[in-house]
Amino acid sequence: MLLIPCPFCGARDETEFAYGGEAGIERPADPEAATDEAWTDYLCFHDNPKGPHRELWFHRDGCRRWLEVERDTYTHELGAVRLSRP
Amino acid sequence: MRRQPFRAAEGGHLIDRSEPLRFDFDGHRHEGYRGDSLASSLLAAGVRIVARSFKYHRPRGVWGFGPEEPNAMVTTGVREEARPNLKATEVPLSEGLEAFGQNAWPSVSWDLGGAVGLAGGLMPAGFYYKTFMAPARWWYSLYEPLIRRMAGFGPAPRTPDDAFYAKRRIHADVLVAGGGPAGVAAALAAARAGARVVLADENTRFGGDLLRAPGEVGDSDGLAWIDTATAELEAMSHVHLLNRATVAGYYDHNLLTVAERAGEEEGAPGAPAMRLWFVRAREVVIAAGAHERPLLFDGNDRPGVMSASAAGGYAHAYGVLAGRQAVVAGNNDSIYRVARLLRSVGVSIAAVADTRSGGDVRDLPCRAGEAVERVLGSRRVRGVLLRRADGRAGDKGERITCDLVAVSGGWSPAVHLHAQARGSLRYDEERGLILPDRAGGANRSAGAGAGRFDLDGCLEEGWAAGIAAAASSGHERAAGEPPRSPDRNAGEAPVFWQTGGGKRFVDLQYDVTAADVDLAAREGYRSVEHVKRYTALGMGTDQGKTSGMAGLVLLSEALGRPVAQTGTTTFRPPYTPVPMAAMASGLLGEGRDALRRTAADDWHEARGAPFTAAGLWRRPRYYPREGMDEAETIDAEVRETRAGAGIVDVGTLGKVDIQGRDAAAFLDLVYANRMSSLKTGRGRYGLMLREDGRVFDDGVVMRLGENHFYLTTTTAHQHEAMQHIELLLQTVWPELEVYATDVTEHWFAAALAGPGSRALLERAAPELDLSDDAFPMMAVRAATVAGLSALVFRMSFSGELSYEVAVPADHGLALWTRLLTEGREDGLTPYGTEAMGTMRIEKGHVTHAEADGRTTPDDLGLGRMASAGGPAIGKRSLELPALRRNGRQQLVGLSVIDPEARIPPGCQVVESDDMRPAPPLGHVTSFCYSPTLGRALALALVENGRARTGQTVYIASPVIDLSMAAEIVSPVFYDPEGTRLNG
Repeated sequence: MLLIPCPFCGARDETEFAYGGEAGIERPADPEAATDEAWTDYLCFHDNPKGPHRELWFHRDGCRRWLEVERDTYTHELGAVRLSRP
Repeated sequence: MRRQPFRAAEGGHLIDRSEPLRFDFDGHRHEGYRGDSLASSLLAAGVRIVARSFKYHRPRGVWGFGPEEPNAMVTTGVREEARPNLKATEVPLSEGLEAFGQNAWPSVSWDLGGAVGLAGGLMPAGFYYKTFMAPARWWYSLYEPLIRRMAGFGPAPRTPDDAFYAKRRIHADVLVAGGGPAGVAAALAAARAGARVVLADENTRFGGDLLRAPGEVGDSDGLAWIDTATAELEAMSHVHLLNRATVAGYYDHNLLTVAERAGEEEGAPGAPAMRLWFVRAREVVIAAGAHERPLLFDGNDRPGVMSASAAGGYAHAYGVLAGRQAVVAGNNDSIYRVARLLRSVGVSIAAVADTRSGGDVRDLPCRAGEAVERVLGSRRVRGVLLRRADGRAGDKGERITCDLVAVSGGWSPAVHLHAQARGSLRYDEERGLILPDRAGGANRSAGAGAGRFDLDGCLEEGWAAGIAAAASSGHERAAGEPPRSPDRNAGEAPVFWQTGGGKRFVDLQYDVTAADVDLAAREGYRSVEHVKRYTALGMGTDQGKTSGMAGLVLLSEALGRPVAQTGTTTFRPPYTPVPMAAMASGLLGEGRDALRRTAADDWHEARGAPFTAAGLWRRPRYYPREGMDEAETIDAEVRETRAGAGIVDVGTLGKVDIQGRDAAAFLDLVYANRMSSLKTGRGRYGLMLREDGRVFDDGVVMRLGENHFYLTTTTAHQHEAMQHIELLLQTVWPELEVYATDVTEHWFAAALAGPGSRALLERAAPELDLSDDAFPMMAVRAATVAGLSALVFRMSFSGELSYEVAVPADHGLALWTRLLTEGREDGLTPYGTEAMGTMRIEKGHVTHAEADGRTTPDDLGLGRMASAGGPAIGKRSLELPALRRNGRQQLVGLSVIDPEARIPPGCQVVESDDMRPAPPLGHVTSFCYSPTLGRALALALVENGRARTGQTVYIASPVIDLSMAAEIVSPVFYDPEGTRLNG
């Protein structure tokens, strides 16, 4: 079980968090102007690497902040954890 | 006859001779002492056949001393207290213990299944795959029952385990796994340095190998040093000592599970049978020791063939003679120590056979350069045939009479935890050892588990590991001098595994022989993982602790490649079996989840309402009535509400308070329909979409002020909805000044429904003008209701004139009871979720059964709602071709033609009633019997459903051979014009 160092609450068990998928996916500023292809790309085509991955974790049972976590999907080693911002 | 014929007159530091205990094994009464294990007491009683083997039902005796035991599998207790698949070496003796050997009928001594072995040939590797092939129909009728009867371990108990299991969580700077000399040294060093230490050991007392054989630490007895050290640790408040506690699993980020057999401790009444610890440790010291390896020779599974260190251990720790006359055989120096230990309790030593030349010891009958070729005797050891270990031709060997063969093939470090943590392993060719290499995670291995077999080396490595682990966790106080021992004999073993042919067992538990491994290699298996699965080598409950290394070497030889290239199978947790009941503790039944109750819950319970789960909430289904069954009661609740007035607890709905300068703009982005155009004091039904265009949640948004909104979400999705709102506010539109607060717990709400609700509310809130002009549909007013300050919403889920009254949760029960009292003369009917569901189906309102994560607003007939407005979440996706194409499933009503028919759960909608397999048009999402319309109704998602209105289709459930005709109609079955909303 991961131990996620929440910048607000300290290191907490994974069970306190909800996973939110890949981080840093920017929502198109004007969705209506996006082509079907661009929109589908935004919606569906996310990275699924073996190795380092930036992802969102929601500290559901803690500060209720969305965090951006660097996690190696193979070793589960965590890198920087920070508050998620667009 | 003496009751413990194989117990020495004195000796045995683990037993208390003043307290004899009686126990039964396979129905025979025996006696042992407090402190005995079941294995030691069986040996003391002279019971040599303890179980039958898995595949061939060969008689088996005790092989080992601890968790590595492959043979002595027993079941303790009967019926609901039966615990199968225990190792006799790990079962502490207790007064009145009932134990049974496994895999035998009627008993381990007289087992009919043993005839398999008498028939001569053994079942080779892959026997099942090769034999039970055809014809296929024989599988269920013949093969499977036959295999089930013959194979497997103890039968699983048929009744729930009513013992108490517990879980504990603890944080530590340093967890030390293993309480032998290395582990105790590590714990002492780390604790003195100031680290919070957990020391866990599987035995009843600390000492590790010192329990089995004496040793010296400093200038005193090794166990005495252990006792002094653990007493010092015990006195430290930052140290936690765990006996009978096996470190079973090593998981991500240094989370380890420790299975503590707490219930076995004396004088601990009320302790759980097992306490499963979750230890989050900054650093781990793995001091797990080593397992003695067997030697391979014909008949090496016979009762009486035993691990040398175990035989010595039974003598030293329990004063038990594992036999009267012993041959001690092996490939390392430990056999001399064992021989002397055996002799010290009165075992006569017939021979000490050392596969190495030299190494002659004057006080023992040594046989340098000799090895056991074969065991004599069919049910137990009667002697051995010794031959030259180098296999010189013409040597006929010599028969030696004995009833105990104590064998040592060297030691395999217990690298399990190191490997579970994804540490890498290396093979030391010269020493024939698989050793921990690079650590995976914050851990270090020490002592025999890291390949240091001398006592001094264990102490030195353990101490150093403890100091280093404490320092890594920030504790560097001086720890004093490390303990030392004069024992610096590393006991190196040359690689030597086997002699001769015959039935040489590699895996005693799964009956895998050397020939099986050879056969697998000949049949083309190359990967050690495949060989494991094909032959079942190492797949027993001992997980190859004794067999793994021998199997690996045999396979490498058969394939003609170095051991290092063959590699090991994956080490997975748990290290030893952990009862499912311990893992399931707290995850089943009542108490698994927090139970959420609305403010009126006590009233529902007092009325005897059966509850249904809605997320964590429980909600009353209906209120039982004298002389009426469930269906009649629900029908009555519906009828009385539609004819007069009803009241329902809607306190479980999610409620969110939204405030801030940009609140309205934000809601326009969250809901598919526009909210900023709402006037203060008015509300609107709203649809939340996921970004992929599917309906996510629905509810009502009320504008309480210019920058203040109150919205409801469904009971089912309240947590996800709040999480969604917080995600958007934080990561997509942080520039918006909006404050969202989950106020679900703060408010209680009840809905008054029915034509009589207005008159009732007028009396309860006399200052509130309820006329249509003053209080139209979808309006919200602050008011005093039944003396309580409240918000009143005019909205309807039932289709009737209806008001929802919300009060602070503390006033919820008061509101509920006062409204019921007020409504007594109006015949106000409390109704539950069943009647509520029936009325919403009659009105075609959707819930998460319809908004199932696949449906768009248009699929649900709500396309127009989502057509207006701006670039809200999910809107762009609605324009994607896949969501606009023809042929999508759409929400329709199904009116069942036969008024007597009732719809069962899980029905499909099909075009024809011939019950032949065909792709369905769709499926029923909700169904009820409508007392209002006098027939069964359903909501369904049907391909191109709206265009099929008026067609006849069939509601079918192939599994119960049911089909009923229904007409596709509008989902709004009742009062489509909505006139009843005005009362």
